[in-house]
Amino acid sequence: MIQDDKDKHIDEFSGIETTGHEWDGIKELNNPSPRWWVWLFIVTIVWAIGYWYVYPAWPTFSGDGFRGGTQGRINWTQYKQLEESQNEILSRRAENLEQFQKNSIEDVMKHPQLFAFAVAGGKSAFKENCAGCHGSGAAGARGYPNLNDDDWLWGGSIENIYLTIKYGIRTDNPKTRASTMPSFKGMQEEDLKQIAAYVMSLSKGWRYTAEGKTKYEQMCLFCHGQDGVGNPSLGAANISDSIWLHVEDSNPGIVSQIENPKHGVMPAWEGRLDDATIKQLAIYVHSLGGGE
Amino acid sequence: MLNKHSKIEKNSILMLVCVVIAISVGGLIEIVPLFRVETTIEPIKGIRPYTPLELAGQDIYIREGCYGCHSQQIRPLRDEVERYGHYSLAAESMYDHPFQWGSKRTGPDLARVGGKYSDDWHVGHMINPQEFVPESIMPSYSAMESRDANLVDIGAHLATLKLVGVPYTDSMIENAYDDAMTQAQEGNSESESALFERYGKNINIRNFDGKKGVVSELDAIIAYLQVLGTMANLKDYDPDILIKETSPE
Ligand code: HEC
Ligand code: HEC
Ligand code: HEC
Repeated sequence: MIQDDKDKHIDEFSGIETTGHEWDGIKELNNPSPRWWVWLFIVTIVWAIGYWYVYPAWPTFSGDGFRGGTQGRINWTQYKQLEESQNEILSRRAENLEQFQKNSIEDVMKHPQLFAFAVAGGKSAFKENCAGCHGSGAAGARGYPNLNDDDWLWGGSIENIYLTIKYGIRTDNPKTRASTMPSFKGMQEEDLKQIAAYVMSLSKGWRYTAEGKTKYEQMCLFCHGQDGVGNPSLGAANISDSIWLHVEDSNPGIVSQIENPKHGVMPAWEGRLDDATIKQLAIYVHSLGGGE
Repeated sequence: MLNKHSKIEKNSILMLVCVVIAISVGGLIEIVPLFRVETTIEPIKGIRPYTPLELAGQDIYIREGCYGCHSQQIRPLRDEVERYGHYSLAAESMYDHPFQWGSKRTGPDLARVGGKYSDDWHVGHMINPQEFVPESIMPSYSAMESRDANLVDIGAHLATLKLVGVPYTDSMIENAYDDAMTQAQEGNSESESALFERYGKNINIRNFDGKKGVVSELDAIIAYLQVLGTMANLKDYDPDILIKETSPE
């Protein structure tokens, strides 16, 4: 039902014109938009014009101008805003960070306030970057070492921990820690068993044969050392303490490592994390209980 | 004049035309300048198209809906930069079709996950995430371990991407299958230098899933995850760089 403007329908109760439609006896009042709403609409338009003036807003078709668009009166960018909020944190940390840069890690650790700062920072960086592999309590998992104990592959001094974190283990980093246990595949089964028995004897006190010991000394001693105490400069595990990274706590476990040696890979954090954070992490890990 | 809206309201075609005009104004202003890509993508060195193996990985990423839980966009906000590293640049996703920015973060952002973990860890984590993160709600993707990556038509995929502007060369398209095999160390190692020649030095050539004999879906997805966020040479990046002066390489 299309109505002409000419024949107006006035609602008898309110005295207001209707739209002229009728649905089952119900008519719609043709009220104007509320004033406050109209004003708000105008204000948003005025606001937009002000906004264009103050903030970067319009792209230019030619790509000229600041980052390809209008720059805005106050030179605001998201990047500057980020920098400011980061600087704010940095200035809060500045005093501690400066001490960090100036002093060796050992000195930092002697200073109670800096030490607390390092442990707190290291703890939160650990949660984000390391917990996936070493576990949130640093207790490790098969193939990923426990960092709470005093069994170290690459050495538990603060300096060694720092270097391990910075350059990683078996990575592409030129200074990475790396070493490979050779595979002794093809060895006589009898020899394998005897070496494994000797290795197990180191932690369990079980019986072994003299041959097993001799074979061990010929093939394994160079890396794993006298009595299997390990060699941190080669990352060769201590195999006399029943703490196993890769293998099952059994003779067949040792045999499988001799035939198909497993090696852990840990990413290098240089470049990903800044040096102060790496130092904080080293101090945190060292403080977990096993630091030497 | 203000009463004339009844004309529009009662004439659906007229209404439609007016709606289209109103939307176009906003749309054109926002979209058209973006077609001038060189004004919106920062010049940053190191960005290259994905290798065929990485691309096969991205296909799996999309097929499995990883984007439903993971974003790939670090915004320039303090907390995100603290946690995930340098904010993402437009250039870093310019060869993503479709892009994987996402906005749902049930799991962490993956824009810079490349190099954060070892291949071994990814293998274990994809098969059983709870082994490493007991409270994780990420599902297990253990089927990928035994399924071959889909590489039969990977060359055609490269060719298609070339149509939409990804700078794959003819030799990349021709050798796509072999390049994928080489990157997963299942081809012959002499072709490694050819792979480097085609895509540049910054390529991980490894047996990602640690298994010999096949290129599995795990190989592909890990190759993809390990390259995320590692291409751009962020050291040279300066947000105030003048866009007009240089163009991306
Ligand atoms: C991808 C998994 C992974 C991540 C992430 C990781 N690590 Fe490791 N980490 C390892 C593995 C595997 C080893 C053992 C390497 C080996 O077998 O020699 C290791 C070894 C270490 C060691 C040496 C332990 C020893 O006994 O000498 C330290 C210290 C260490 N990690 C600290 C860290 C810190 C701190 C972080 C976080 C910044 C971290 N790791 C992140 C996997 C990881
Ligand atoms: C070239 C040095 C080298 C030689 C020789 C060597 N190993 Fe190893 N071995 C290593 C390294 C390095 C590791 C640690 C791998 C890692 O950290 O991931 C290791 C790990 C092991 C482990 C596993 C430790 C664990 O905690 O899981 C066992 C067991 C072992 N070696 C036994 C032997 C035996 C037995 C021999 C002699 C037949 C031998 N190794 C010879 C370097 C060597
Ligand atoms: C149901 C949601 C969900 C889906 C789907 C999902 N994830 Fe996750 N993902 C998570 C959660 C939660 C975490 C954090 C806990 C963990 O590490 O397992 C995570 C962690 C990760 C991490 C480690 C990130 C880091 O920085 O620690 C990677 C890599 C990852 N996911 C890859 C994938 C891939 C690839 C897929 C698709 C095949 C996928 N995810 C699908 C929820 C999901």
